[in-house]
Amino acid sequence: MLEVSGLTVEYATGKAPVLAVDDVSFSVEDGEFLGIVGESGCGKSTLLFAMAQLLSPPAQITAGSVTFSGKNLVGMTDKQLSALRWQKLSVVMQSAMNALNPVKSVAAQFADALRAHGMTSRKAIAGRSAEVLRLVGVDPVHLKSFPHQLSGGMRQRAMIAMALLFTPELVIMDEPTSALDVVAQRSLMVQIKELQRELGFAIVFVTHDMSLVSHFSDRLMVMYAGQVAELGGTRQIFDNPLHPYSKGLLEAFPGIRGPKVPLKGIPGAPPDLSIVQNGCRFLPRCPQRLDECATTAPELVPRDGSTVRCLLYAGACTNAQPSTGAKK
Amino acid sequence: MTELLRAENLTRHFKIGGSLSRRTLHAVDGVTFSIGEREIVALAGESGSGKSTVARLLARVYRPTRGQILYEGKPITQIRSRKAALAYSARVPMVFQDPFSSLNPVFRVSHGVLRVLKLHRPELSGHARQAEAERVFDVVGLGADMLQRFPHELSGGQRQRVGFAQALATKPKLILADEPVSMLDVSIRIGLLNLMTKLRDEEGVSILYITHDIASARYVADRLIVMYAGQIAESGPIEDVLGDPKHPYTQLLLSAVPDPKAPPPSLAALAAASGERGEPPKVIDPTPGCRFQPRCPVAIDACKTVTPELTAAVVEDEAFGATGAGVMAVREVACHVAQTGAEVKAFT
Amino acid sequence: MRFLRAFTRNPKAATGAVLLAAFVVLALFPGLFAHDSPTAELYQRNLGPSAQHLFGTTGLGQDIFAQAVYGTQQVLIIAFGAGLASTVIAAAIGVAAAYLGGFWDAILSLFTDVVLVIPLFPLLIVIAAYVHNSGTTVMIAVLTFTGWSYTARQLRSQALSLRNRDFLAAAKVRGERARYVIVVEILPTMISLLVAAFLTNALYDVLFASSLQFIGLGDPNSTSWGTMLYWAQNNEALQAGYYLQAIVPGACIALLGASFALLNYAFDEIGNPALRPVRRRRQRALLVRRLSRA
Repeated sequence: MLEVSGLTVEYATGKAPVLAVDDVSFSVEDGEFLGIVGESGCGKSTLLFAMAQLLSPPAQITAGSVTFSGKNLVGMTDKQLSALRWQKLSVVMQSAMNALNPVKSVAAQFADALRAHGMTSRKAIAGRSAEVLRLVGVDPVHLKSFPHQLSGGMRQRAMIAMALLFTPELVIMDEPTSALDVVAQRSLMVQIKELQRELGFAIVFVTHDMSLVSHFSDRLMVMYAGQVAELGGTRQIFDNPLHPYSKGLLEAFPGIRGPKVPLKGIPGAPPDLSIVQNGCRFLPRCPQRLDECATTAPELVPRDGSTVRCLLYAGACTNAQPSTGAKK
Repeated sequence: MTELLRAENLTRHFKIGGSLSRRTLHAVDGVTFSIGEREIVALAGESGSGKSTVARLLARVYRPTRGQILYEGKPITQIRSRKAALAYSARVPMVFQDPFSSLNPVFRVSHGVLRVLKLHRPELSGHARQAEAERVFDVVGLGADMLQRFPHELSGGQRQRVGFAQALATKPKLILADEPVSMLDVSIRIGLLNLMTKLRDEEGVSILYITHDIASARYVADRLIVMYAGQIAESGPIEDVLGDPKHPYTQLLLSAVPDPKAPPPSLAALAAASGERGEPPKVIDPTPGCRFQPRCPVAIDACKTVTPELTAAVVEDEAFGATGAGVMAVREVACHVAQTGAEVKAFT
Repeated sequence: MRFLRAFTRNPKAATGAVLLAAFVVLALFPGLFAHDSPTAELYQRNLGPSAQHLFGTTGLGQDIFAQAVYGTQQVLIIAFGAGLASTVIAAAIGVAAAYLGGFWDAILSLFTDVVLVIPLFPLLIVIAAYVHNSGTTVMIAVLTFTGWSYTARQLRSQALSLRNRDFLAAAKVRGERARYVIVVEILPTMISLLVAAFLTNALYDVLFASSLQFIGLGDPNSTSWGTMLYWAQNNEALQAGYYLQAIVPGACIALLGASFALLNYAFDEIGNPALRPVRRRRQRALLVRRLSRA
C-alpha cells in the first residue's frame, strides 16, 4: 500500500549538503502499524515530512520514491496531491495541540477541512464532525469549544479526529503524544489502536520513545543518523535486538519492575551529518565494533526475518562489498 | 539519619485571571515532607501536580503562601540578610530542566561556575577558583578543556553536566534537580542518572529529583514522594511504594508506564484501561475532598467531602534498604480507603 | 571570530561597512580630500562641475565638494551621538521594565507609551523652533528625547521573551543582584538587537536632522548636508537648473542612510544562532550539530 524506496533528503547548507535522510526504504501493508523510532537528529521527522510531501527549501528530496496506492508521490503537483491528501492519506503533526487554530472553534476547523475536500452540505458536515469526535471518545458537545478550552488530551484527540474525517487508508503521526502525561498517553495509544481495528487504516507512527510503541506496533524501524539501522517485527526487535544501537536503546530504559541493574546508556552523541562519513555512522559509540567498521559502510542485510545495517551480520558478504561511504 | 530539610504544610497559591478576578490556583497545598543527608528523594507527579512549584519554593524563588521550610532546623522564610540568603543558596542550589536555555549563550561555560565561586566562596583567589572549576568539571565527567567552550558547542547531556558542576561548586548539601533529564535523549539520560548516584555516594550530596518519569525515579532514588493536584498522595522507600502502592493514583501511574519487556496486554486489558483518560484535576478554587476522587474507582463517601490527610500507613517491620530505619523510612498515604487498612486495588 | 567571518562574507554587510568607513574617513580627515574651505565665498556663483570644483559652486560662491566633505562631520556626530544616546536610554528603561516586572514595569511602560504617542515630527519642529540657534548639541538632545521610546518598546519585548530563560533563573537562584543580571546576563545576549536598534536610530536621526535643517530649523550657518539643502532651496537651485546644489547633499544623505540600512540588514541575517529560541528537540539537535566543531 505504501512503498518507500531509496528515499534521500538533503538540506542545502552553505557548505556540503546535509543528508538528513539517507537511502531509506520500507513498506507498509494495509492496516499495519509501523513504528519509526530514533533519537534527536536521526531524521525521522524529516522522513515523515518527505513522505507527506511537506518539505520546503532548504530541504528537498534528491532521490527515491514514495509509492502510495500505486502512484509515486515524489514530484506530484499540489493539485494531484490534494486529491489524495486527507481522503487517502492524512497527517497528525507533533504537538498537534498547538497546531489547532486558537481563534476558531473545533467545529469550524473540521468544517474547513471537510469543505476543502468536497463536502458541501451543512448537515453532512455537522453530522460527520460529530461522528468523528465520538469515534475518538470526545463528546460532540465540544464541537463548539475553542482549543484553549479543551485539555491537552482532548485537543490531541480532536487532531486525530480531524485526520480521520475521510477515513483515510494511511495516517502518519509525528509524536502525537509527546506533550501528554503518561496516563493520557496510554489512553490515547489504546484509542488509536482501537480505531485502527475498527476502521482498518494503516499507521506510520514516529516517536523517540520506544517503549510507547512496544505494545502497539506490528513492525518497528529504528533510525540512526539518517539511515535505517534495523527494521523488523516489534516483538522480535524487543526480544532479540540485532543492531548494537537497538540493543543500547533498549537497555537505556530502566525497568519499573524486576531487579534493579546498573545501566550504561550509549555514551557520546550522534554524528555531525554535514561531515561525510566513511564506514559506519554508529562507530564512535559502538561497543561491538570491528576493524572494518571504520572503512566499510554497512548495507542493510536480512537476518532472522528482520533487516539490519551492521557489519556484524554481513557474514560472507563483507569482503565482496566495496566501500560505499560516499553516497551522492 | 539526620534531617537536612523539612517542609511543613507548604502551600503556594497563585492569583489567576485579570486583576479583578478572585480565583486562585492552588499549586501546592499543605505539603509536608523531609529530606535527609546522603539520600536521593524523587518527587514524582504529572504536569500540574505542583512538583516544580515545590522546587522553586525550596529555592526561594517563590515565598510560601502558608507553611514553612526548615533548613537544618531554621526556617528559611526568615532569611533577611544577603549573607544568609547567599549561604542558603550555596547549600541548596538548583539544576534546571532545559539544557538549551540554562546556560547563557554569550559566555563560555566556565562563566556560571566562576560566578558561583566568586559569590559564595570569596576567600578563594583567582587561581584557586580556576582550580576548583576544573575539579568540579572533572567530577561531573567533563574534561577541564571543556571550560573554554561555548554552550552551543556542547550537546544537551554535556550542558546538563555543566549545570551539575555549577551546583557542586558551592559544596552543597542538597541539590534541587528540576527534571534534569526530561529533555535529553533516552540514551544520554542514564549517564546523568549515574552521575547523580555518584554525587550522592562520593560527594555526600542529597538530591531532590523532580520528575514525571517513575522508571528513572526508581533507578536513582531511595525514597519516592508522589504528588497529585498540589498534594502528596503517597511517600516512602521507593521499592516499597512501587512494589506495593497504596494510593489509587500511584497504582494508576504504575499501570500506565509501558514496560517494553513485558508481553503486550490483551485486548480486554486494553479496553479496560481505555476508560482512564488522564484528564487533569481541578486545582483552581478546589473544594474540600480528595482531588483524585472523580477518577477513583474505589472512592467512598468520605472522599467527596473530607480532604484526606497524609498519615503513616501501617509500617511493615523490615529493613528499609539504604535509608536505614528511622522517621524517614515510614510510608505515608493520603487516602481514606487506604487508611482504613483495607487493601486498595484500584488499577492493575 | 566566527561572527566576523560571517560578516565579511555577507555582501550587504561588506557594502554597508565600506560606505560607512568612507564617510568616517571623510569626517576625520576632511582636509585630505577637500582643498577649499566650505564656507569661504570665494568663487564665482552657481558654477557647474569642473576640474577645480568637482561639484561646482553654490549660490554664494562656496565650493560644493568642500561643503559635502566638511559637512560629513556634523552629520556623523549627530547620527552617532543621538543614535547612541537613544539606544542607551532605551536599553536601560526597556530591559529594566521587562526584568523588574510588576509595578516598575507598569510605571516605566506607561512613561514610554506617553512619549511614544507624541507625534514625532511636529514635536521636533516645535522644539527646534522654540530653541533658536540650535547647534549640534541641541539637535542631538532633541532627537534623543523623541527617539528612545520606540526602541525601548522593542527592547522590552525582547527582554520579556528572555525573562523565562533558565539561565536568568539560574543567576537569580545563585544569588546575583538584579542590576548584575540586567547588565551582565541580559544585555549581552541582546547585542545584535542593540546594534540593530542603534543603526536604525542613527539612520532616522540622519534623516530627521537633515529635514529639520532643510526647513530652516537648524543653524543655517553651520556646514552640514541639511543646511546645504536649505540654501539650495533658498537659491531656487532646482528651478534655476543648478541641480548639483541639491543633488549632492541629497545623495550624501541617501548614501549614509543606505550604509546604516545595509548594516542593519546584515545584522538581521547573521544574527546569533545560539540565541534562536528553538523549542523542538529535532531542530535543536541539528543546530548543535551544525555548529559543533568537535
